[in-house]
Amino acid sequence: MTDTISLPNSLRSQPDASGHFGAFGGRYVAETLMPLILELEKVYREARQDPAFDAEFTQLLRSYVGRPNPLYYAGRLTEALRAGAEPGKGAKIYLKREELNHTGAHKINNCIGQALLARRMGKRKVIAETGAGQHGVATATVAALFGMECKIFMGAKDVERQKPNVFRMKLLGAEVIPVVSGSQTLKDAMNDALRHWVSNVHDTFYIIGTAAGPHPYPELVRDFQSIIGKEAREQILEIEGRLPDMLIAPVGGGSNAIGLFHPFLDDAEVKMIGVEAAGEGLAGKHAASLAGGKSGVLHGNRTYLLQDEDGQITEAHSISAGLDYPGIGPEHSWLHEIGRVQYMPITDDEALASFQKLSALEGIIPALESAHAIASAEKVAPTLDADQILIVNLSGRGDKDIFTVASALGVEI
Amino acid sequence: MTSMTDRLSARFAACSNAGRAALITFVTAGDPTVAATPAILDALVEGGADVIELGMPFTDPMADGPAIELANLRSLGSGTKTKDIFALATAFRLRHPETPLVLMGYANPMLVRGSQWFADQCRAAGVDGVICVDVPPEEDAEIGPALRAAGIHLIRLATPTTDAARLPTVLNGASGFLYHVAVAGITGKQQAAQAAVEQAVAKLKAATNLPIAVGFGVRSAEQAAAIGRVADGVVVGSAIVDIVGSHGDAAAPFVRDFVATLRGALNANSPHFRETAA
Repeated sequence: MTDTISLPNSLRSQPDASGHFGAFGGRYVAETLMPLILELEKVYREARQDPAFDAEFTQLLRSYVGRPNPLYYAGRLTEALRAGAEPGKGAKIYLKREELNHTGAHKINNCIGQALLARRMGKRKVIAETGAGQHGVATATVAALFGMECKIFMGAKDVERQKPNVFRMKLLGAEVIPVVSGSQTLKDAMNDALRHWVSNVHDTFYIIGTAAGPHPYPELVRDFQSIIGKEAREQILEIEGRLPDMLIAPVGGGSNAIGLFHPFLDDAEVKMIGVEAAGEGLAGKHAASLAGGKSGVLHGNRTYLLQDEDGQITEAHSISAGLDYPGIGPEHSWLHEIGRVQYMPITDDEALASFQKLSALEGIIPALESAHAIASAEKVAPTLDADQILIVNLSGRGDKDIFTVASALGVEI
Repeated sequence: MTSMTDRLSARFAACSNAGRAALITFVTAGDPTVAATPAILDALVEGGADVIELGMPFTDPMADGPAIELANLRSLGSGTKTKDIFALATAFRLRHPETPLVLMGYANPMLVRGSQWFADQCRAAGVDGVICVDVPPEEDAEIGPALRAAGIHLIRLATPTTDAARLPTVLNGASGFLYHVAVAGITGKQQAAQAAVEQAVAKLKAATNLPIAVGFGVRSAEQAAAIGRVADGVVVGSAIVDIVGSHGDAAAPFVRDFVATLRGALNANSPHFRETAA
């Protein structure tokens, strides 16, 4: 760790050889896992050099996931925000439609990539952690596609409140293991997935769901998710003939956000906002690791964490189960510290309002995660000029959230 | 690092001279409460433990099985703070000037105030060594330099997945003793096959002069005795933590009796050890 941050020539060349993004990232795992982590890194380096690996990944993204998905001009949302803005203000809002992917979110991009790596390493069993069940469903899906045995670790509380996704995973042939330890939510699911992995390293591959964990996971998840930003870049150049002025994406662990941001990091004119879940507000229960946490070590990496003065991890809260985690991917911690990306907290209530607004204005029901990004766009777009361009990552669809939203609105269904 | 006051080296040497393995026992600090811990630590010593591993509780002990995980949660649930752990260590050092004390835990509680702060606290409390489960040699800079400068042993772990090519990396910067994790897994679950332990210890002994202690899954006097025939130290954790879990505040006498059976089993090795060595 250094006192002064010296910026590399390119912001896209991280992490360094030992897996660090500035002072963040690294490999904080038990010795039992170190040899496997090192082998994964080696296999990943080889795979990236292998045109056949990329060809198969790209082919599956096209034929199975349904890529490329559209970059859609949200005209009614844009006009609605202009109506409340000063004359000449109100940026054009485009939505990157990740929710149109197979399984309904960006998660599948990463799962396809990691399943290909698992096969390359000769592992026939995969495990994953899941919160709301989106990454669990995506992992169970690729396990079915590749004929792999699949175990999904899920907090017992989440198993109870996400029954449709639990049933989906079982339909797809996965075994869902309820985790009864700790707070019985996502971080505990990750603890138990790590416990299972350390006991079964010889035949098991851990498909981590976000751009976090020990190196090389943050890097490889980012690379697999970077298809989002690469497509968006091509699409906006084709539609508008220029780069966007701003990108906005929700950040839990931050894989969809880093996937959108990374291909634009060296374009200084493109501003970026990562949206953290502020839950009940930063003074109360929330999941905003950057706004309300500090640097620490958990789940294999050094990054911003919600913790007390003794380094005990505190429980996160967000209405969005996908953002309900006390940490964040290490590259986001770095981008925050160097100031390349601004991070904005959005509360449960703000996300709920935007969930309804986008549904009514555009006919698109966003995931609660994505609704946080919409809420941020609603704040920012009216401050930008009308000829400026803003891209929001619509990372997932909201069908999974209708019960949560109905309950929050006091509606019985 | 080695000095006249190096309690760890002195204790391993004394055990070796006595022809038996050292008994290393683990409990979680503040389990079930900070108030109950001194009596439990005393019981370990009275039962015959040579080295005490004092676990620093963490909310997310992902290398531990259910027994120690529950102990962590019991301790934190009763309000244990880091300052309490150092107070326990300081008081232990006054009561037991010769018994080595090792703190074992996870990186975040150790590093939250900086490694220098942690190393200073360890030195002031009379802690002899530190085992940090989730800082592998690759991240040594986080904690190793501060501990070494403070004269605190950084105890490294070798596992069934640590192959010959990697072992030098693990040994570089290791001191005090080498902790061989007998099973690829979490604490307190599977037991290692004796043959595998013997093979592993032989390989480690060929690579280092550090004492080799074997732990993970050692639950009975018989197992301890078998491992004690080949290793320099035997670590027992979850089995003791289970006793604390069952008896709570009243656990001390039960802990002492159990530790005494472990020690008895290691003592019984002693003549056999001398015969086979002769």
